[in-house]
This record gives sequence, C-alpha cells and structure tokens, in this order.
Amino acid sequence: MSWLNFFRAQKREEAQQPPGTAAAAKDRLQVIISHERVSRGRDDFLPKLQQELVQVVARYVAIDPGKVQVNLERGGDFSTLAIDIELPGPKAQAH
Amino acid sequence: MAQVIVVTSGKGGVGKTTSSAAIATGLAQRGKKTVVIDFDVGLRNLDLIMGVERRVVFDIVNVIQGEAKLQQALVKDKRVDGLAILPASQTRDKDALTREGVATIIEELSKDFDYILCDSPAGIEKGALLALYFADQAIVVTNPEVSSVRDSDRILGVLQSKSKRAEEKKEPVKQHLLLTRYDPARVERGEMLKLDDVLEILAIPLLGVIPESESVLKASNSGNPVIMDSDSTAGQAYSDAVGRFLGDDRPHRFLEAPKKPGLFGRLFGGGRAA
Repeated sequence: MSWLNFFRAQKREEAQQPPGTAAAAKDRLQVIISHERVSRGRDDFLPKLQQELVQVVARYVAIDPGKVQVNLERGGDFSTLAIDIELPGPKAQAH
Repeated sequence: MAQVIVVTSGKGGVGKTTSSAAIATGLAQRGKKTVVIDFDVGLRNLDLIMGVERRVVFDIVNVIQGEAKLQQALVKDKRVDGLAILPASQTRDKDALTREGVATIIEELSKDFDYILCDSPAGIEKGALLALYFADQAIVVTNPEVSSVRDSDRILGVLQSKSKRAEEKKEPVKQHLLLTRYDPARVERGEMLKLDDVLEILAIPLLGVIPESESVLKASNSGNPVIMDSDSTAGQAYSDAVGRFLGDDRPHRFLEAPKKPGLFGRLFGGGRAA
C-alpha cells in the first residue's frame, strides 16, 4: 500500500495544517491599533484614574492602596474597565 | 531642491538597510543623483550592505563636529554613477547627532543630489527621530507580522506629529508602504498576513512587495545591493518599486506562490527543486 501514500501525501499534509493563524493576527492588530490611534498623543490616563479612585474610596473606608486592581480589556466594539478594590472586613476593622 | 526620503519602520530587522541600499542604488541606476545616509550611530551597517566598508574614512559625526568636510566623508560608489554613501559613526554615542548638524548636511547635499535617502535606526529614539525629521517622503518598511505592522503604525503617527513638515504645518510627509519578506506560499496556507490585510490596517499607498528570497542574504554576504541581482525575485521587485517611485506604471509581481508541480511533475520533475 505504501506506493499509494505517495499520491495521498500532499492531501494529508494539507489536512494536518492547523487552521490559519493569519486571521487571528489581523483581528488582534485591528483592535490594538485602533486603540493606539485614539490614545496617540495623550498620556495614559489609567494610573491617574486609579490614584483618584483610591482617594475617593479612602475618604469613606480605610483601604490598602496595594489591594486595588485595575483591569482593562480592549475590545473592537467596546472595552471593559474593571476596578477591584478590596475593602477591609469587619474583623480587620475591629482591630 | 533634493527630495529627502526616510526609510523607516519602528521595528528592527525588517529590512530598512537592505531596502535603503537597494532603492538608493536603483535610483542612481535610473540616472538620479542619490546619496544615502546611515543614521544608525554606533551600529553602522549600511556601509557593509553597500560593500564600501573598507573605504570609509570619515563619518556623519566627524562632519557635524567639523573634523571633516562633507565631501571627504562621502563614499562614492564604484559600480553606479551618481551614488554616494554617508556612513554613520561606529564609535560615538547618539548624542553626537544634532538637529542643526543634520540640517546643515542635508542643506549642503541638496545642492548636489536629486535624492537624499535617510536610513533610520530602529526604535523611536533620537536617531530615528532625526532620520525622519527632514523627510519629504517616507518609505515604511513592514513585514507581514503583528509586531512589525503595529510598530509601522506607530511610526506613521510619529511622522504625522514630529516631522518638520508636521511641526511647520506644511503638506504632510508622503507615505509609502514597502512590504518585505512576503511569502506567498505561507499566505495561501493562512499562516501569514496577506497584503490586503496589511494595506487595510495601515491604510497608506503601496510602493512594493518584496518576496522572501535567498538572494537577500547572498547580496549582503557579498556587499552588492540586492537590486543588482536582476535574476532574483527580490531584485526585480525592488526595481519595480523604484520604477513606481519615479512614476512608472508597473504591476505588482510575486504575490502568488509558484504553482505546485502536478502528479506528472512530482513523478518526473525531481520533486522539490529549488
């Protein structure tokens, strides 16, 4: 049967190809470049945003500035900004 | 007045120096008096790619600091008439390049040359900013690869905000895309960004597509700009690009992979010939 494989070789090679990654490259580039074009010439506002938010929250609750997480997910249609601030629980406040 | 053209990319290793050497040589072959300046102070390489490394005496920093006359620092090409190279300094640091110094050099070269090509270093630091500052036109060298495309977009932004034309609110720098290391076979397999994708993302006019080619390494090994290898696909693609730059109407070639041999070819054609 081995001689038959000669005819099959090319087909099989093609079938084993992983799905093209070029499409993913294009999608990722379109999203990141459109974001970078918008923010061109502007300073990154996230560090300042985080700082100001912590100041506002700290007016009401004693928080640990190290326990603030800012996560940004850039998307094509919309982006999400998630700010995670750990508030001290009743036990910690009791001390 | 000479036209000042920057060859730039943001990212390193995409083919700026190869393209600068090829295009400068091509312009001179077409009878245009051309000088190509290496702005990569500390990491000079254009001299090697142009094959003139053994004839370099003075460099751009010597000229700026008044230690040599511009005419003394220019290395004239022995193969093509009207082609000269102004090498970068190999030893000094980038602070030796000043905007005033570069302005004086470009002004002086403008009297004798039709085209002044500025081979930019990678990055967006001082050397790269100076290389593009005086540009009338920019050739943005890009590989079909995510980091190169992103950096090209970044450098387009810099051209639009930090060039002399931008600062003086003149007509913007004319931008050209040169897509290099293009491998049509990989594009057809969906493994590589295709030309249309890159054009859609960067949205600037296309000057040329240079196919991935073994002749580029051979050319740099021997110090002959690849455009002189007129048998190679890369050399022909650079000649086309130079022609288009000068206004010729030349269709784009080498965008499709050579056809695979059929059954007959595989049986009797020796399979994968180079």
